[in-house]
Amino acid sequence: MTESNNNNIGFISGINGSLINIKGIETKVRLHDLIKVNKHNIIGEVIQIYSDFVVAQCFENTNNLKLKQKILYLDNPLSMELGPGLLSNVFDGIQRPLEKIFQEDETGFIERGIELPSLSREKKWKFTPLMEVNQIVSGGNVVGKVQETQSITHYIMVPPNINGKITYIVKEGEFAIDEEIYRISNGEVEKSYDMIQKWSTTRSRPFHKRLVPNEPLITGQRVIDLLFPIAKGGTVAVPGGFGTGKTVTQQAIAKWCDADVIVFVSCGERGNEVADVLRQFAELTDPRTNRPLLERIVLIANTSNMPVSARESSIFSGITIAEYYRDMGYHVALQADSTSRWAEALREISGLLEEMPAEGGYPAYLPSRLSSFYERAGIIETIGNDGKKNNNIGSLTVLGSVSPPAGDFSEPVTSNTKRFVQTFWALDAELAYQKHYPAINWLDSYSNYPQYIKNWWKTFNLNWDEINLNWQECRNMMNVILSSENELKNMTQLVGEENLPENQQLDLFTANLMKESILIQNAFDDTDNFTTPTKLLAMIQLILLLYKEGKQLLEEGFIIKDIKDLEIIAKIQRIKNSIPNEDIDEIERIKDKLLNEINSLRRSYRVIR
Amino acid sequence: MSISYKKISQIIGPLVYLKNNHDVQYGEIVKIHINDGEVRTGEVIKMDEDVVMIEVFEETRGLSAENSEIFFSNDTFKVKISKDMLGGVFNSLGQPIDIHTRKVLSSDVLADVKRDINGSPINPFAREYPQDIIQTGLSVIDGLFTLVRGQKLPIFSGQGMPHNDLAAQIVTQAQVMKKEPFLIIFCGIGIIHDEAISFIDKFQKSGNIQNIVSFINFADDPVMERLMIPNVALTTAEYFAFEQNMHVLVVLIDMTNYAEALRELSAAKEEIPSRKGYPGHMYSDFARIFERSGMIKNHTGSITQIPILTMPNDDISHPIPDTTGYITDGQLVLDRDLNKKEIYPPFEILASISRLMKDAIGADTTRSDHADLSSQLISSYSNALDVRDLISIVGEDSLTMGERSLLRFADAFENKFLNQKINENRSFDETFKRAWEVLSKLPRNRLNRIHQKFIDKNYNRGV
Repeated sequence: MTESNNNNIGFISGINGSLINIKGIETKVRLHDLIKVNKHNIIGEVIQIYSDFVVAQCFENTNNLKLKQKILYLDNPLSMELGPGLLSNVFDGIQRPLEKIFQEDETGFIERGIELPSLSREKKWKFTPLMEVNQIVSGGNVVGKVQETQSITHYIMVPPNINGKITYIVKEGEFAIDEEIYRISNGEVEKSYDMIQKWSTTRSRPFHKRLVPNEPLITGQRVIDLLFPIAKGGTVAVPGGFGTGKTVTQQAIAKWCDADVIVFVSCGERGNEVADVLRQFAELTDPRTNRPLLERIVLIANTSNMPVSARESSIFSGITIAEYYRDMGYHVALQADSTSRWAEALREISGLLEEMPAEGGYPAYLPSRLSSFYERAGIIETIGNDGKKNNNIGSLTVLGSVSPPAGDFSEPVTSNTKRFVQTFWALDAELAYQKHYPAINWLDSYSNYPQYIKNWWKTFNLNWDEINLNWQECRNMMNVILSSENELKNMTQLVGEENLPENQQLDLFTANLMKESILIQNAFDDTDNFTTPTKLLAMIQLILLLYKEGKQLLEEGFIIKDIKDLEIIAKIQRIKNSIPNEDIDEIERIKDKLLNEINSLRRSYRVIR
Repeated sequence: MSISYKKISQIIGPLVYLKNNHDVQYGEIVKIHINDGEVRTGEVIKMDEDVVMIEVFEETRGLSAENSEIFFSNDTFKVKISKDMLGGVFNSLGQPIDIHTRKVLSSDVLADVKRDINGSPINPFAREYPQDIIQTGLSVIDGLFTLVRGQKLPIFSGQGMPHNDLAAQIVTQAQVMKKEPFLIIFCGIGIIHDEAISFIDKFQKSGNIQNIVSFINFADDPVMERLMIPNVALTTAEYFAFEQNMHVLVVLIDMTNYAEALRELSAAKEEIPSRKGYPGHMYSDFARIFERSGMIKNHTGSITQIPILTMPNDDISHPIPDTTGYITDGQLVLDRDLNKKEIYPPFEILASISRLMKDAIGADTTRSDHADLSSQLISSYSNALDVRDLISIVGEDSLTMGERSLLRFADAFENKFLNQKINENRSFDETFKRAWEVLSKLPRNRLNRIHQKFIDKNYNRGV
């Protein structure tokens, strides 16, 4: 080492699990900066600073380390490398490229101390400039673009907080991400920029202003889009005990939701699950672009057996990458499966630091960490909008699953998460046992977004003559019928369904029909796996029409059996998997048949009378 | 040359403290020589400029500040692995032992390799999604919860239930379908002597002993060894699977003992407890064991795990089964009521699931009607259990014909399909034959989950 950077060298003075004590850099180091154990190539993050030493948490195991070994102070916090090459790629919790690691080490294991750049420096991208020399630019301005995958254009932006005049920009051509693309002068200094931006994971990226969410994130999952919708830029928690289908629900959303870019963080979950996700995303095509789904996905995989401190970082790594695409004006969805594993990582590290535990052994700062994660969601106007892009509005939607021990929603992670999210999809073990998937319990779940997005749905109104309800009216009626069923449930068990008044029997019958044909959805069926807004409105209105007509019939003196015996009901039940999304006419024909059958019922009754 | 220390400064439980004055490695193995000739082993688990904390694998009884000399080995713990291990029985340190006397056999294994028992995590990108199967010869597993190569499928049992018989039966009967090299590693964690002897006895009688490597940690062995033995077994498994290209099935019994040892040591280290006194890092510890299963791209071998655990008080929400259920690819749950009815193996059908099964079964590996069959059996049995509940309210006389046929089906299912002898090895064909036999107790039109062409072919045949 040369004399000049001697200040950046410290040495190990203690080791306890993944934590190491370091002496020699305590006056210089900032909290959350990185350090490196020189000999073993292990990276760590400084988490405590004392007057005579600092504590760093290593991202890999510390076996074989010795006291007095050299530590290099890296003078930077954990940062994401942002640039072309993120999409369809797989990283670990500290953005090490897992595919590249496998190419380098074909045993398939991750040996300690691997050091590779996160994004490939070899790959050449075709860069098209969108700015010229002498233009004045500021942070967020788009200087050019790269077609990152066939579905997504990657806009190369001026890094935040940079202002000045472009003094040089390359012509269209092929460049690696670390080659010079443009230079900016602020009048005094001229600086050179390539396609890479670095951004610390713990700081949110700046935006111009926050907007009010007004558009739903359409997931194609009927129970979600109808009853518990989520807005673009919204937050949702998905809690559920094991076997309740958390992962299948998250995967279904990743496959079908109408976000432009998905960042999928597999945090402390099973390796076979990651293998499954990778396999499915590579095979499936995006219904909107007809390209492999993987082209719009960034995957972060820090499985349960990988180092705990990297697991703790993984969800913040993911959200930083998500914000970067948001800044390009994309709708981004971040899915974290599962935030409980992240919280447990926090607890483990807190335990090593011998901090005073709060509830359930979790550190007292768990809620503030959770809020610093969920609060990075939102729909925003980007900085540096200059009319060069199609869109200066971007959104970041956060979907976090929670794995409460023993399915108990009162535990600290679930109850604290509820404070910071607007939507709550409670997965229910009992529904899962009954093979009712997605097992989202309609009584325990909630969404605060309907009032924001109800106008968006108005464009989908079907304007049928016989029944013309908008989305909000449909969901209100559905909620009324479902809660009526819940109230009647106990009574039914006591006296038997057939002994209830006829109109209550109609409620029960309609509620069951709603469950079977709307709420239950098969993620593995080619037609049923995704329902468009139009088809969804058609399906629910058909059932509500039957309900309305049924009430009328009962008033006219018909009995519930007459309604249950209508032949068309079997067809209504099968709409979900027999009629493709495009074929709304076919649903209308079923509606006409329903009305015909009811009319002929009336005629035959008159004849008998 | 290793350096020796004469002076221990503190002994607390399994932990020994030394004044630190040379360059110790973190995780380094030390040998503690007591003046009566005994040698114990320990590992460095914490150190700073003043003190080194050593966790002793064996007990610390008999140690004093004066009577022991401590040698640093200059290396972390490594286990010797060799192809000659097949058919042998080993202790927690990977040394061959005599199961009856518990003595370490002097004939040390000739090591092909030495490996760090903590291993490295498998790169998630390098994982191959498991899609081939292992036959266990048990109808309920093969038919309803098929075991997939690379899967970790735990069995949740309770005290007094026949999980030992089940473990022994799986070890002696398991096979891969094609003629590929197959090895079973049996890992007994804190099991009692009689059980251990009976296991090894069964393995020897099975005629399959040459394909079994056994690791045994006895119930009265030191707790620290209890924490090591799964990793020793799995390091061995990784060698055979990914370097010798074999399919390896690892049976771990009983993971509850592992968790208890974890809690005991955690308390000794004065760590902050989380649920029921178990340490907060139990999830990561379990994960580091269970995730050492799977398949790797460009490798033909695989590691499959069947961890067996006993649920304290039969409580599935207890931290041990709860933590396990979150990390594993499904779970098989044993049921006390069925066990009382002398049904073996007493599987609680509705609580059990094999998550990797759906992509691994079918015409290529088992049979084209397999998925339909298992789905129908489970759903009809679930309906039948509802009817049984109904009887206690309304009485048997008021049942409909359909409900009666469900009851007949459930009885046949339990006795003909589920129930089998502890040495009965059924082929897939036999299992499917029995499945159709019991399903034929139901009217044809009740088989709504089975494709018509399979019903036409198989319904009521041979009955």
